[in-house]
Amino acid sequence: MSTLLSDPIDLALPETSNAPRCFALDRRTFFKVFGGGLLVCLTDANVLAQEAGGGFGGRQPVPTAVSAWLQIAADGKISVFTGKVEIGQNIRTSLAQLVAEELMVPFDAITMVMGDTDLVPYDAGTFGSQSTPQMGPRLRNMAATARQALLQMAAKQWSVDAASLTIADGKVTNPASKQSLTYGQLTRGEKIVTTVSSTAPLTPANVWKVAGKPIPKANGREFVTGKHKYPSDIALPGMMFGKVLRATGFNATLVSVDTSAAEKLPGVKLVRDGDFIGVVAPDAYTAEQAIAAIQAKWTIPSQPSNQNIFDYLKNTPESGRGGARPNASVQPAAAATAQSADSQAIELAQSYTVQYIAHAPLEPRAAVAQWDSTGKLTVWTGTQRPFGVKDELVAAFHLDPTKVRVLQPDMGSGYGGKHTGETAIEAARLAKAAGQPVRLVWTREEEFTWAYFRPAGLMELKASVQHDGTLISWEHHNYNSGNAGLETSYNVSHPVTAYHASRSPLRQASYRALASTANHFARESFMDELAHAVAMDPLAFRRKNLTEPRLLAVLNAAAEKFGWATSRSTPTRGFGLACGMEKGGHVATCAEVAIDPATKSVKIVRVVSAWESGAVVNPDGLQNQNMGAIIQGIGGALFEAIHFADGRILNPHFESYRLPRFSDTPQVDIVLVDRKDIPSAGAGETGLVGLAPAVGNAIFAATGARVRNMPMAPDAPIPGITSSPFTT
Amino acid sequence: MSDYVLNVNGAKLKVSALADETLLSVLRNRLDLTGTKYGCGEGECGACTVLMDGAAVHACQTLVADAVGKQITTIEGLEQNGKLTAVQQAFLDVGAFQCAYCTSGMIMRATVLLHELPNPTEAQIRTRMNGNICRCGTYPRIVQAVQQASHSMAKGGAR
Ligand code: FES
Ligand code: FES
Repeated sequence: MSTLLSDPIDLALPETSNAPRCFALDRRTFFKVFGGGLLVCLTDANVLAQEAGGGFGGRQPVPTAVSAWLQIAADGKISVFTGKVEIGQNIRTSLAQLVAEELMVPFDAITMVMGDTDLVPYDAGTFGSQSTPQMGPRLRNMAATARQALLQMAAKQWSVDAASLTIADGKVTNPASKQSLTYGQLTRGEKIVTTVSSTAPLTPANVWKVAGKPIPKANGREFVTGKHKYPSDIALPGMMFGKVLRATGFNATLVSVDTSAAEKLPGVKLVRDGDFIGVVAPDAYTAEQAIAAIQAKWTIPSQPSNQNIFDYLKNTPESGRGGARPNASVQPAAAATAQSADSQAIELAQSYTVQYIAHAPLEPRAAVAQWDSTGKLTVWTGTQRPFGVKDELVAAFHLDPTKVRVLQPDMGSGYGGKHTGETAIEAARLAKAAGQPVRLVWTREEEFTWAYFRPAGLMELKASVQHDGTLISWEHHNYNSGNAGLETSYNVSHPVTAYHASRSPLRQASYRALASTANHFARESFMDELAHAVAMDPLAFRRKNLTEPRLLAVLNAAAEKFGWATSRSTPTRGFGLACGMEKGGHVATCAEVAIDPATKSVKIVRVVSAWESGAVVNPDGLQNQNMGAIIQGIGGALFEAIHFADGRILNPHFESYRLPRFSDTPQVDIVLVDRKDIPSAGAGETGLVGLAPAVGNAIFAATGARVRNMPMAPDAPIPGITSSPFTT
Repeated sequence: MSDYVLNVNGAKLKVSALADETLLSVLRNRLDLTGTKYGCGEGECGACTVLMDGAAVHACQTLVADAVGKQITTIEGLEQNGKLTAVQQAFLDVGAFQCAYCTSGMIMRATVLLHELPNPTEAQIRTRMNGNICRCGTYPRIVQAVQQASHSMAKGGAR
């Protein structure tokens, strides 16, 4: 807990960063656990490369690795095993749709087994919008091959040519004899294993029957009745409740501690291991009382605060992570310098900032840990990386990997904020000391303080533009927040873009859309400034400098739906737009804001988001995700910011850290551009990136005030930010 | 520790708890009624909303002692003989959730809202539901679900 400055978490965890490994379950164990049936294992065939001409970043597939598997049991029940996890993005449903489509069975026939490290193949984690583009094709491939195997089995049984048979609704039929057999009857519980590594013909998206349809959430009834067990709901026989003593600030050193009062409480056990101090108690409330009764003194070193954060980030490179600094701030590229000497060009330079913000998943981190008599550790926890957490547990307790099992029940979301295993380790430590299972649920304040943040960032941009609106030079630097979304899609020769890693005083890591939000805010606000500098309509200015057809398509679609051509801003009503690309998705966002000059309030009234991410797997789920992305984006755009000073988080509560609510929700229209001819890209993140700049541009259109710092209308002034005209 | 008898979802439940313990802690950690969620413990998010004598309260702000003698309804107590209430059914039909962690609280809040205002306007729904946070941003669909529940109740359907 005391070494957060050197936190090892990468900003973006690449999907292929961990070496693929063999699946832990062997054949005999599998059939013992699941009974007989047809078992189809998918080795790491490069489906992506075959489908889309892409690849896994030059890595060779490892033939021993199994990336998914599927079982058709004697009763016809189909189970699909994948290491991906459900965190509210609806992949339990959308992946099942893809399998049902290829296997030609009803959607209900499929059960997805997810996020249990003893039962599913290794997976690096659920992030970066990779589940649909990567796991989707793999599962389809596996299911299509299973379907072919079933066809062959039926052909053999009836001694006919497989090509003469038809397949539908979980049955193989011989039209000549009118005989048919269900999949379950075909497999008859025999222990058949097929390993697949080739690509079976996939059903094209334009003839999808199950996939591509708005199917309701797979286990939705469990959620509306309160029956679903989230990680923080798991209960085991004999379970105790844990709490961990937290330092009063980051990088603190424990000076003294008195635990005597806590130890006097009934049933309380104290767990101490160096600076780690925790308690377990028979009930949660006593555990809370016990931890509160511990008297501890800490010393906390002086640390940066909001006040000086952007100077600090700019001037504190993280060596070894691309932290090199340009010689001087925003130096125009050589090619552009000559051009900009031309009196025909207008040159502009501006800086933009984003604050640290919190993921604040409504379910805070939680874990239930249990050690059995053989020394095997089982942990139920909310994480986007069950295998990553397993690795952390293996390392923390020096265990053989077969002695650790991590299960991830569908959880109260993450947004990139639940990649790490600290809660699992804490719960396991407490359970080990207590000799009994322990549940540990972080408080909201702990979640706000001891998780990690979306990075703060400073963006410096410089460009020149001819009076006719042609961009002639472009430069974009990002300090600390990351390089996602840094590249420009606008036509300009020799654009200079650079990400400069910094040493962050706060622990930072992934967040939905991560730096793409910051970089789009900077670029699309700056594009607006350039448009005004040459007195052009912001839409016309973008079109003039854009030829990327998919981006142009969404830009035009959004503008048309929004009625951009007839929208005229007034001092109390503003209209703005922005567009961009992220994770293979293309988005354009138009926003209408209402300004109340008396109360200095900004209200987002209406948002139109046009969106294209290839073939749509589940339009309902995609709408829902996009809507969510936009509403989540409102918080970061207008009011979310972590206030911190000297190693302390000053607003670790919902009362002082405002989240978007019903009252903040605009009318949202989503225009889905379905490209059946393009492989599906992930969709959990892209919708977010256009919101903030569209809103900022709308504010400018109404008031003439350019707000270059996110959040743009915070409830309380943020130290170090020259007061926003809309700070209420 | 003191012994309490709580009337939860029509059943009398005996529980030992500390006098200043919250109803939320008792429901979740002692009675294993985990459908009621912890989101903040501060009355700011509504994840812990339950009904007490028909009124919506934050279980995290209610002491167990104050719940004695009251009819407490949690999300687990809505379904009757396998039949969902109109509000539950509407949330399911509309798909008014993503991670669904906020859903119990939203459904409880909406249940009270529709009891008091059977035919609310959209603005009334937003105002009355504003204490409940959905971090996944599913608000438009939640509004739609409440409207749909209102319609189906008006048609004399489910409760
Ligand atoms: S947990 Fe009670 S209001 Fe948030
Ligand atoms: S659906 Fe996730 S918090 Fe509402």
